[in-house]
Amino acid sequence: MADPATMPLIAVENLGVRLNTSRGPAQAVRGVSFALKRGETLGLVGESGCGKSVTALSLMGLLPDSAVVTGSIKLDGRELARLPDADYCGLRGNRISMIFQEPMTALNPMHTIGHQVAEPLRRHKKYSAGQARTEAIALLDRVGLPDPAKRIDAYPHQFSGGQRQRVTIAMALACEPDLLIADEPTTALDVTIQGQILDLIADLVEERGMSMILISHDLGVIAENVQRMMVMYGGTVVESGPTDEVFRRMGHPYTQGLFRARPKLGARKGTRLTTISGTVPELADLPAGCAFSERCPLVEDKCRAALPPMVEVGPAHVVRCVRTDVSMAAKVGALSA
Amino acid sequence: MSAPLTTSVDVPIAPHPLPAKTFWGRALRHRSFVLGGVLSLLVVASAALSLVWTPWSPYEIDIASKLRPPSAAHWLGTDTFGRDIVSLLLAGARATILVGIIAVSIGLTFGVCLGLIASAKRGWTEEIIMRFSDFTFAFPAVLSAIMLAAVAGPGMLTSIIAIGIFQIPTLIRLTRGSANAIWAREYVLAARASGKGAFRITIEHVLPNILSILIVQATIQFALAILAEAALSYLGLGTQPPQPSWGRMLNDAQTMLFQSPMLAVYPGAAIAIAVLGLNLLGDGLRDLFDPRLARER
Amino acid sequence: MSVFVLRRVLTLLATLVGASVIIFLVLDALPGNAAQMLMGADASADAVRALTVKLGLDQPLAVRYLQWIKGLVVGDLGNSYVYGTPVGSLIAERLVLTIPLAIMSMLITVTLALSAGIYTAANHNKLGDVGVMSLTQIGIALPNFWFAILLVLLFAVRLQWLSAGGFAGWEDGIWPGVKSLLLPSISLAVVQAAILARVTRSAVLEVLREDFVRTARAKGLGKREVLWSHVLRNAMIPVMTVMGLQFANLLAGTIVIENVFYLPGLGRLIFQSIANRDLIVVRNCVMLLAAMVVIVNFVVDVLYAFIDPRIKVHDL
Repeated sequence: MADPATMPLIAVENLGVRLNTSRGPAQAVRGVSFALKRGETLGLVGESGCGKSVTALSLMGLLPDSAVVTGSIKLDGRELARLPDADYCGLRGNRISMIFQEPMTALNPMHTIGHQVAEPLRRHKKYSAGQARTEAIALLDRVGLPDPAKRIDAYPHQFSGGQRQRVTIAMALACEPDLLIADEPTTALDVTIQGQILDLIADLVEERGMSMILISHDLGVIAENVQRMMVMYGGTVVESGPTDEVFRRMGHPYTQGLFRARPKLGARKGTRLTTISGTVPELADLPAGCAFSERCPLVEDKCRAALPPMVEVGPAHVVRCVRTDVSMAAKVGALSA
Repeated sequence: MSAPLTTSVDVPIAPHPLPAKTFWGRALRHRSFVLGGVLSLLVVASAALSLVWTPWSPYEIDIASKLRPPSAAHWLGTDTFGRDIVSLLLAGARATILVGIIAVSIGLTFGVCLGLIASAKRGWTEEIIMRFSDFTFAFPAVLSAIMLAAVAGPGMLTSIIAIGIFQIPTLIRLTRGSANAIWAREYVLAARASGKGAFRITIEHVLPNILSILIVQATIQFALAILAEAALSYLGLGTQPPQPSWGRMLNDAQTMLFQSPMLAVYPGAAIAIAVLGLNLLGDGLRDLFDPRLARER
Repeated sequence: MSVFVLRRVLTLLATLVGASVIIFLVLDALPGNAAQMLMGADASADAVRALTVKLGLDQPLAVRYLQWIKGLVVGDLGNSYVYGTPVGSLIAERLVLTIPLAIMSMLITVTLALSAGIYTAANHNKLGDVGVMSLTQIGIALPNFWFAILLVLLFAVRLQWLSAGGFAGWEDGIWPGVKSLLLPSISLAVVQAAILARVTRSAVLEVLREDFVRTARAKGLGKREVLWSHVLRNAMIPVMTVMGLQFANLLAGTIVIENVFYLPGLGRLIFQSIANRDLIVVRNCVMLLAAMVVIVNFVVDVLYAFIDPRIKVHDL
């Protein structure tokens, strides 16, 4: 076995997920590979339907029964892909935790928040009811829920969206997981709350030395919160590298499009928002070649023929494009912005 | 009484107008729609056939040939009075369909009108109509029929009125629920903004949009009415002899249970086939009108 | 007690009063003279008049209605026109059969329906689901009295395990009575259970799609644990609504089923009274049944508050 100090916490190799959708089988994720060391943070960015949430759910082993997972997911060297659900249950909420997008619906309306926060403690750490309750109060206090000892017996509907997201964070952290997956944790929240929640997550990740995968469609959120990032489109990773590096020199036409399309503060009145023409392709009928070829301004025949290979354009910075010579020359990114 | 509530509390979220183009193409490939359609047609055809022809007269009593086993002359044998079972079954479909259609029409007329009014007027009117609807729930068909039979005597009219009343509250709730969903739509807001009155909006926008839901429910209500009619005529509160009816046949057969058990099987099977057919037809229609819901079910 | 509970109770009372008015008007006002009906068309006018006075039917409608209501409140339902005995005790004798019958069939209904509904939802779209759902589709189509006759054919005529009808009473212990109510309650329950099973299945399936189910799974709970500790309680709300509504059908069903099995319950009493023109008994029996339906649905509404923390008792 490899030395645990250098071995990645989680290593994903050539991950593929096929889902059964109403429009037939769809390859939701193709050839996704990455590795994450303890304490490292990774961002997944892309539009809805690009496969980022499916990737996260496959790490959690929470895909629908009909989904077919290929490739390998290793946690500390242990293969997780196609692991029986009973074994997966011992990991979920214990070593890998997840925070979801919708705090309003992610909590069971029929149970008190105390019960829901205590549930993973009782299951994984076999705490007694009393121990779990004490620990739940401490957790709720840590995530900044006011007056947790008193409010622990309240029900989810008695809390605001931001408070509920704090509760789900407490729930995810209860067993001190090694890996935290946060799937658009602030998308459903008010802008003023978003920053607080992201800061809280960042503090907790640092404090506990967790690894984190942060999923967002918002380049700004990614830029400020993770060390490395992957841009996904049509189920494939189109660009990946250290966050600073990617933002400094964007290689893929899609990443550049996302960057140009972000609304900018202080833009001159009357300036049109830049958009990426066309629409996200249905996963059920993706083109054979580059998934972005339908919308790419630089498209050539060979883009449509086969999936382009990953090209290294900088230190640990790779781009899945055959036209990086042209795209990189445009110098999109913080360099030119 | 045997009338079940199938969908009385369902309030559909998004009613859809009938998608026209591929309707029949999809319909013929839909299993429960086809099976339900065939069974329902079978019952209707039996009733229609009995109007012009039955193997024997369903009224003619011939004690000499009572309780005959099935034969070439009497395909399913004869009953206690020597009447031909097949002829009775065919003619029995008539009473069932007649009572069912009239009762459901009563239910639809009152239920849909009151539901639409409740939805269009809101406020006190809605409150009163809904209280009335809750109140009517306290009177299942058997209870109304008992009261009517106690004062006016049993008969087909008694069962029609009793079943009709029993149909009303379900249809009020369904109509109001789905109409309220339409009233919340943007195009209704637009129509109101352009100064159209509640009555015109109801006729032009609300009714056409909830029609598919009402058709589906009417099919299921028809099945409930058949069950109720059978129960009432079995109890002797509904269709009276010598008019043949399935429920009555079961009542007659019960006294002969030890001698000729099969007599009790045929009419019940006829009722079950009719009800099953209509329920499947209703389910099929629901799927066809709203494929999105069908997938989720 | 808050204003809202009070409002709820007032609605309940108003419904009961409304029901009593309707029942009274239909049974006592429309037919004209109950005495004439009792004695037949060829009774002498003097005899009819005498009976009218004796039964108190010469009083104005409103007076008679108020007398009835007063009687209902103090528990004096008057005397049967035919037997001369108190209606209250006539009904009480029959309830000894009808109430256990209703309770037994409700218990069977709930047991069958919840297990079938949960099983099918947990095995969504698998063979077991499709099979059980087809069975329920057939179950819904069966008239309960025909199903009862089929049960008699099988268990009484063919196998001769149980008697074809009649009631053993409670004098010789619980079992003989329960045994004679077994077939009746099963035949009542199976059809209702078919409907309730479908409601349960779709309610559970709906909750299974909720986000919090995924959250619970993400905590490491197994599918079974999530079903029992998170899904069922949420799914109970629509199931309970339908259960309350089904209770009306169940009571109505006992009237029919008692006739199939020759059980001396409330249903038989009503039919004898119709045959005897004993309208005072009919009126009180119908009122009792209607009141039970209304009260059960009121209780269901109140129970929501205990199941769902989002509904506080003061919101009712």
